[in-house]
Amino acid sequence: MGTKIGCREGDCGACTVMVGECKNNIVSYHAVTSCLMPLGNAHGKHIITIEGINMSELTGVQDAFAKEGATQCGFCTPGFIISLTCFCLTEQTGQQAAIDAMNGNICRCTGYKSIERAAQRIVTIINNRKSKTPVQYAIEQKLVPAYLADVPSILSSWNNQRLSAAGKAKRVGGGTDIYVQMHDTISEEEIELLYEDENLKGIEQNDDELRIGGAVTVSNLYNSQLFQQAFPGYDYYLRLVSSTPIRNMATIAGNFTNASPIGDLSVFFLSLNTRLVLIEDGKRREMALKDFFVDYKVLGKRTDEIIEKIIFKIPSAHSLFNFEKVSKRTHLDIASVNSAMLLTLKDQDITSAQLSAGGVAPIPLYLKKTSAWLEGKKISAQLVKETIAHAQQEISPISDARGTAEYKTLLLGQLIKAHFVKMFPNLPLAQILS
Amino acid sequence: MQNIDTYTHVRGESIYLDDIPELAGTLYAAVLGSPMAHAQILKLDTSLAEKLDGVVKVITSKDIPGKNQIGGAIPDELLLAEDEVHFEGMPVAMVVATSAAIAKKAVKLIKFEGQLLEVITDPRVAAEKNQLILPPRTFSLGDVEKAFETCEYVIEGIAENNGQEHLYIETQGAYAIPLENKKFRVYSSTQGPTAVQTHMADVLGVPMHKLEIDVTRLGGGFGGKEDQATAWAIFCALGAYLTGKPVKYSLDRMEDIRMTGKRHPYSTDYKIGLSKDLKILAYAATFHQNAGAAADLSPAVLERTLFHATNSYYIPNVKVTAKSCRTNLLPNTAFRGFGGPQGMFVIECAIAKAAESLDIEAAEIQKRNLLNTGDEFPYGQKAVSEAHECWDAVAKEKLTVTRNRISDFNAQHSLYKKGLSMMPICFGISFTKIPLNQARALVHVYLDGSVHVSTGAIEMGQGVNTKIFQVAEKIFSIQPERITIGTTNTYRITNTSPSAASTTADLNGKATEMACMAIMNRLREFAAFSLDAKIEGVAIHHEKVWHNDKDTGITWEALIGKAYLARISLSEHAHYATPQIYFDGKIEKGHPFAYHVYGTALTEVTVDCIRGTYEIDAVEIVHDVGKSMNRIVDMGQMEGGVVQGIGWMTMEEIVYDKNGKLRSNALSTYKVPDIYSAPKLLNIEFRESDKENLAIFHSKAVGEPPLMYGIGAFFALRNAIKAFNPNSNIGFSAPMTPEKTLMGLYGNKS
Repeated sequence: MGTKIGCREGDCGACTVMVGECKNNIVSYHAVTSCLMPLGNAHGKHIITIEGINMSELTGVQDAFAKEGATQCGFCTPGFIISLTCFCLTEQTGQQAAIDAMNGNICRCTGYKSIERAAQRIVTIINNRKSKTPVQYAIEQKLVPAYLADVPSILSSWNNQRLSAAGKAKRVGGGTDIYVQMHDTISEEEIELLYEDENLKGIEQNDDELRIGGAVTVSNLYNSQLFQQAFPGYDYYLRLVSSTPIRNMATIAGNFTNASPIGDLSVFFLSLNTRLVLIEDGKRREMALKDFFVDYKVLGKRTDEIIEKIIFKIPSAHSLFNFEKVSKRTHLDIASVNSAMLLTLKDQDITSAQLSAGGVAPIPLYLKKTSAWLEGKKISAQLVKETIAHAQQEISPISDARGTAEYKTLLLGQLIKAHFVKMFPNLPLAQILS
Repeated sequence: MQNIDTYTHVRGESIYLDDIPELAGTLYAAVLGSPMAHAQILKLDTSLAEKLDGVVKVITSKDIPGKNQIGGAIPDELLLAEDEVHFEGMPVAMVVATSAAIAKKAVKLIKFEGQLLEVITDPRVAAEKNQLILPPRTFSLGDVEKAFETCEYVIEGIAENNGQEHLYIETQGAYAIPLENKKFRVYSSTQGPTAVQTHMADVLGVPMHKLEIDVTRLGGGFGGKEDQATAWAIFCALGAYLTGKPVKYSLDRMEDIRMTGKRHPYSTDYKIGLSKDLKILAYAATFHQNAGAAADLSPAVLERTLFHATNSYYIPNVKVTAKSCRTNLLPNTAFRGFGGPQGMFVIECAIAKAAESLDIEAAEIQKRNLLNTGDEFPYGQKAVSEAHECWDAVAKEKLTVTRNRISDFNAQHSLYKKGLSMMPICFGISFTKIPLNQARALVHVYLDGSVHVSTGAIEMGQGVNTKIFQVAEKIFSIQPERITIGTTNTYRITNTSPSAASTTADLNGKATEMACMAIMNRLREFAAFSLDAKIEGVAIHHEKVWHNDKDTGITWEALIGKAYLARISLSEHAHYATPQIYFDGKIEKGHPFAYHVYGTALTEVTVDCIRGTYEIDAVEIVHDVGKSMNRIVDMGQMEGGVVQGIGWMTMEEIVYDKNGKLRSNALSTYKVPDIYSAPKLLNIEFRESDKENLAIFHSKAVGEPPLMYGIGAFFALRNAIKAFNPNSNIGFSAPMTPEKTLMGLYGNKS
């Protein structure tokens, strides 16, 4: 009853619950929007709703919300309480991380400032955690009930054989797109859940390549040391992608197969010359991500093929990479235009260039001509202008709720400027901005 | 004092519509909204839907036992379409089924065919075709034409504001239970139980006394459930009437956004005239309100636009005209501020444009024209002003410092530019429809000394029940544990005014105060009689009876017990009507407001000049609270109002296509502020004043006024854009989305 229905598309967080997953006798918790989570993905997990944290006295998080008046109509409140409580159960510390934990929750009453103050009270407690494990400390501080200490042994004792559907079934990864699009009908579909498939998990480095499993989530990527090393700007890029609870569910392969022309990760990986390993009945083949997007929502793969691995070369020491996204609201929003660019350089000469953009064509677009044209060019303010002119020849944006075609055309140019300005801070700004 | 709902809210134990335990046999409703914005209905085939397993009944306008009419101000709105549809989403048919999923599935099986008629989405086009909800209204003061001739500077322009989706996190819904003798109990997520009851009686063809409307609380309202909750409650009651079973309908978000009205967009022509020393001598404006396809509350919203057309300024010559234009969009409705923000936005645009053309800061004009006590509003009332006090408090502390800091920043940075604005507000408190300024409270004291208070107030997060609780606690002077605030129920409190216009705590709080006082007076009289003492020496407080300041040993509980045995009434029903207010619509003059609320906000923003994105760095406010009776509640209303106002002015964009189809029809396409969008610094200072006012315990109403501080964000962004591109051709069209910002940064860029 405390878990509320607000939007059924993962955009408000009123239905947020915690999901605890047991590995090596340790349960790690993350928050999800339950409206988009297939019930089958709860198999073998510990689900905590607001009822699951209530004790005779208010918990620390509940008390902080009460003291700061961080609840008004109260409808969004259980979702916020769960998100902030979940923060207490992770290794994270600090005010920014506490706020980030609630970035999938919308409140229409408070204006968030009282919620920030409530978070500050919790952060003060968490900052004293020292060497204690988060769950142990949270129990001690009455942030969660004591029964959480027993959960690892309960979960470990379960038989966690994976569920699978028979016959022709619809494949579901994290569900964050398909449950939005088919909310009223998917409950009647035969589905196969890929999210828990161990063969599709993991991020590995193989020589100079990263190999990412198809069911790896955006959060897995965000938290991966290998990924963080490969992309020092990872935090800037990935915090622009949806929200914490959605990142906890959304898979990268799912972002590709949804084939939204504006898919953030599709655009990100297009610029990396990414290859996909597709698998069907044990048979594998490779396909370039560029060839995967054929037309609006038309994919280059066969219906029953799934993405097993996502492979790309880690940008070398001579490379520069940047990802940009602009949307109406900076966070938890779909881009008006996004873009990624990878340049490899020798001195000031571009030896190879890969530019991609979303929101400017029926598919996530690899700007083939512009990328090819950039090869061999020297970095200069003039080059920025010429790159934009070339890119704008290669796109075909339409006017929709995310902006007019005119805006998107201008915006792509601006994002290209942003790529160059970030990569080459010494370029003359006045010339670029004029 | 914390909000009295805090404990259950943070534990997820508070009851909303969807949490009410359902009776066995409950059926579920779903409504088919018109797929066309304006059409003649050629065919409505429900046969496939009727055949679906689990469907109990498909209901169309023909099944309505009473009148097919739910229009509030004007009877121009059908519950279910008959021959024509006038907006996309207009209810056409309703399915009642054994589950919500089946009902939704069945709705998709209904075949609708229509002959498309001309679709009007632009209020100016509607005005040209004389499609007005009611004749235009004009407020005037002085002689504006003559005054313009004497002005040194005259500036004209167009200002446009978009609508706003309420986005209460709890969607609309209701649950109707049939009782004996054609009586119904209806739980409704409404701000206006009496509106629900009135129109339900008409539609079902039963007297109002057969209908018990009950509301525990809403998960947000913001005006969206003032009139527009009515249809959903009636659908459930109609389903219950026709099937004899309980019927529930809790809309999903897409249904809610697609089928309910929003804040009114306006398109306005303005003309402002100033003297050489920057006094505003004349102001004229013609407002085109986009009412949508039915009147709903548009006439009242329009009126409030006129009341607030001059915001916080004294202008001796004013002529403002407003037209409520009928278009083929969702019928627009109440939204926090109720037309006031739209009126205030335009005068601020006029001042900003004048300032730009004179190459001065808008603040130079603003501060010279702030209201003084005794100044006359265009509608005749004289101001009791706090405008200068609030402005000066912000300006002295912050304006120069911030201006200098921003000017240094802008000189040093080319990728980012900062901008600031000042936004004074003045907002009138009272329903402008005078009869609505009444309320009742029913207070019971039980044998154990516990107290139950019922009023017509709806708790929707604004904390009104907490304030009413405080009134009872203060008057009775008993332990808080003894007091409960009941649900809002039309069997306990009749003929209620909606919880709206920021007046709810004043009206219902005063009625509660009167009821509690009446009981206390009887108790005191009885205590004096029992003690054989003079009443002047007898007091009841801190749970005890005192005589000449000495504890008599009689406790509250004992007193109540004795009073009962002595057959003293321990209940009271009190009626409050705001004194002093009146308005003559024929001459558009009067004294419509109990009082005004004032304040000033300074807003500072930073624009990313490559990407066209921005952040709200700081909002510094000094706000006139009278004497705040609850700091937590009032602060919450202010912070929330400011951010909601910023949302309206920045990212919240309602997009219809030219066929009247709503494109921003989900949370994925309509964005409200998230936690990162809140101003980094939001500093609100309560300015207390000893001046007499009609507010409950002198604690001025705080529901709507803070929203209008958000308007400042628009002008701060504009100023930042101009700092990057002084020649920018950016217009006065809100919201200032990242799209408009970027187009403004680079429009006419040399």
